[in-house]
Amino acid sequence: MNASNTASLSRRGFLKSAALLGGAMVIGFNAGGALAISTGSAPAEAVGFNPFVKIGPDGTVTVVVKHFEMGQGTSTGLTTLVAEEMNVPWEQMAVEFSPSDEKYKNLAFGGQGTGGSTAMANSYLQYRQAGAAARDMLIRAAAAEWKVEAADVTIENGQLVSGDKTASIGAFVEQAGMLEPAAEPVLKDAASFTLIGKDKLPRKDSMAKTTGKAMFAMDVTVPNMVYVTILRSPLFGGTLKSFEVGGAAEVNGFVDARALPDNSGVAVYAESTWAAIKARRSVTADWDNAAADTRGSAEMLSEYTEKLSAAPTYDVTGKGDLTEMEEAAKAASRSVSADFHFPLLAHAPMEPLNCVIEPTAEGGVRVHDGCQFPMITHPTVAAITQLPPEKVEIITYYAGGSFGRRANAQSDYHAQAAMAFVALGGEKAVKLVWTREDDLAGGFYRPMFAQRAHIGIGDDGKVSAWSQHTVAQSIFKGGPMESFVVHDGVDHSSVEGVVDTPYQLPMALGLTDYESPMPVLWWRSVGHSQSGYTMEVLMDMAAEAAGQDPVDFRLAHLDEEDENQARLAGVLKLAAEKAGWDGKQVDGKGRGVAVHKSFDTYVAQVMDVSLDAEGAISIDKVVCAVDCGVAVNPDVIRAQMEGAIGYGLGAVMRNEITLKDGIVEQGNFPDYEPLRISDMPVVDVHIVPSDKAPSGVGEPGLPPAGPALANAIHAATGKRITSLPMTSAGISFA
Amino acid sequence: MSITLKINGETREIDADADTPLLWVIRDELNLTGTKFGCGVASCGACTVHLNGKPQRSCVFPIGAVGENEITTIEKVDTPEAKAVQTAWQELDVVQCGYCQSGQIMSAIGLLSDNAKPSDEEIDTFMHGNACRCATYHRIRAAIHRASDILEA
Ligand code: FES
Ligand code: FES
Repeated sequence: MNASNTASLSRRGFLKSAALLGGAMVIGFNAGGALAISTGSAPAEAVGFNPFVKIGPDGTVTVVVKHFEMGQGTSTGLTTLVAEEMNVPWEQMAVEFSPSDEKYKNLAFGGQGTGGSTAMANSYLQYRQAGAAARDMLIRAAAAEWKVEAADVTIENGQLVSGDKTASIGAFVEQAGMLEPAAEPVLKDAASFTLIGKDKLPRKDSMAKTTGKAMFAMDVTVPNMVYVTILRSPLFGGTLKSFEVGGAAEVNGFVDARALPDNSGVAVYAESTWAAIKARRSVTADWDNAAADTRGSAEMLSEYTEKLSAAPTYDVTGKGDLTEMEEAAKAASRSVSADFHFPLLAHAPMEPLNCVIEPTAEGGVRVHDGCQFPMITHPTVAAITQLPPEKVEIITYYAGGSFGRRANAQSDYHAQAAMAFVALGGEKAVKLVWTREDDLAGGFYRPMFAQRAHIGIGDDGKVSAWSQHTVAQSIFKGGPMESFVVHDGVDHSSVEGVVDTPYQLPMALGLTDYESPMPVLWWRSVGHSQSGYTMEVLMDMAAEAAGQDPVDFRLAHLDEEDENQARLAGVLKLAAEKAGWDGKQVDGKGRGVAVHKSFDTYVAQVMDVSLDAEGAISIDKVVCAVDCGVAVNPDVIRAQMEGAIGYGLGAVMRNEITLKDGIVEQGNFPDYEPLRISDMPVVDVHIVPSDKAPSGVGEPGLPPAGPALANAIHAATGKRITSLPMTSAGISFA
Repeated sequence: MSITLKINGETREIDADADTPLLWVIRDELNLTGTKFGCGVASCGACTVHLNGKPQRSCVFPIGAVGENEITTIEKVDTPEAKAVQTAWQELDVVQCGYCQSGQIMSAIGLLSDNAKPSDEEIDTFMHGNACRCATYHRIRAAIHRASDILEA
């Protein structure tokens, strides 16, 4: 893996050295993805690249993190890579977020953005390369000065060392920056890693986030700024006809109210957040609902069910055998049939969406945001403000969660802020603030899904036929990434986790789209958020029908000669072993298992629940095993497993967005109750040692959590839950 | 109207309507942004401050009702309990996105100030109103126990 990637980087470009402000040395990649180096006095931008690593004369190494930090640990992870290659102590490492610039693109996307659990996977070699290049140049600079061979100089603990000579790396940045960089800096051998895999390195953001000092976009104020809230149509697809300011004008601090240029709402401007929230309550508007969706959840559900019963639009597996497979499944001596229903889900990141847009002295605009997708936000803001892209700048702050919400094809909240900025004349900075009510009613939900499956068990006790029809509103159709994800009409994200399951199953899959003007979006783990549930509840049902142990049955469908299947089997066996799985169930308790691969990471969970006298469920413990390749920061991986399990459990237990006559019924958290501390089980995470390329960890912990819980509840109560959330299916939690 | 606030050991004159939630005065007027807005209806705890040392949701506490009470925010909290909680949070790397954590910490300090050795159940009860969408709860529990040990030592 290392060798091939080094080669491709060097084919793509070149290394070069140039100059920078303040006598520091910077190492970066140019637009083609090639490594470039700079020191001295000219700004790095002037030489055609942006820095990934900056080394100051005091020896501080600053890593410029191209991904935003929403809690997933990227700022710690990418910093680890550079510190590892440079042999610089952890305390000497600093972090800053990159500006919005194509040169910081996600190599997995081709544009700058974070998502799909790709941050570590696409950065692993890139940041190590930058660190290795710096190490090599510093060493050569010291060797020249000390008149020794480069091979006799090392960096240890942030110090250049050769024999009895030592110097801080900071002492050599100027000389090092003037050298020609190596064409292919040699990366450290994995055997000599001291930081990658270290358990544990303190998170780089812990201090700021425990003292109230961490800056989120919500915390930004700039001169000459007004606060803005938006009154939107209560119906998706409604547009503004007219509005009345009404009593808002009497609210202290009220500034103005204007229609947004696209008539999607009324911007209410004020001198404080509170005044903007309060004033909006008195603004009234008239909406044109001709194109609006007035269907409620009940109508949606019956449409989904109707589509489920009709022939699928798309033959996903492409063998023309959808009907035959269904018939074979039903005709088997032992068979399982089930319908699954998944509700709309809001992401509800803890920080309600917001951003600041201010005019710059140069006639451009500056956006302050916890920005997940600069590649979309940047051009969107440029288009609305009618500025050339180079006049738009984005400053990235810590993001108070996202779970996917901050990234979407329309860049919805940035577009809204930009329109509010333009509508007010473009002279004043605006800070758009959404309330929790705006967030929960704001669309961009995880789509509703329905699945119908038929499974037959053969005489050998294995699955002999598996047919499955999915109905879903497509996330990717009509968006800028459509061509990557949608092929022959099939949105892969609607069927991922099923069509590409590592299990050996004779499958025929169909797909039908549901259409609505209500925008839908990826939600933590995207399609896997429901396919993991369907697959793993079905595997449990199939194991039961076959009269087999759920772990053994799963393993029987995995061929461990194949690496992909072996890794899935590996985490399943590890979780079972650590949980002491013996296939036995205890009265008043239940134990369930689930395993799923997503984003190239394999996760298995064994979940324990207990029942109280009234039959209410408590989730006691989760044993989780994860294989994500090289475990760069084990403690961050554990944290992501814990968090994804909690996020997944809260949703399957009791979360759903429902509509009545097209209007969202949930107002604030009391109607969309987040997982609480009392719901949270003990989580015990085990990481499979691996030298495979690192894969993501932000999402893969989620898919198995729901089905492991469902299977545990089944073990405890005999109830199969195929419609979510569980509370709507008659389950109560203690 | 003009209101006098005792906050973080200082006295500040504020010009605001009496019904303005304390949260927005703290954030927008005093620029103490460590205290967060998460829901505005007392159901997430992100806005937790101390009123005379006791946790209080500032998003539903009108500025007109503060009176002589002393407000402390995350920026200035420095009791032994506060130091123990922050140290424990850092040692265990509790935070993920961090947005709820000022509120979690302010609540945890309140808990330990009342109950130096809380059980898991007491932690769950006291911390119930502090939501964390990143679900760092498992570590929050562990960190409160750790802070309790630090205080005992
Ligand atoms: S913002 Fe006050 S409790 Fe949520
Ligand atoms: S750390 Fe993200 S909400 Fe708690």
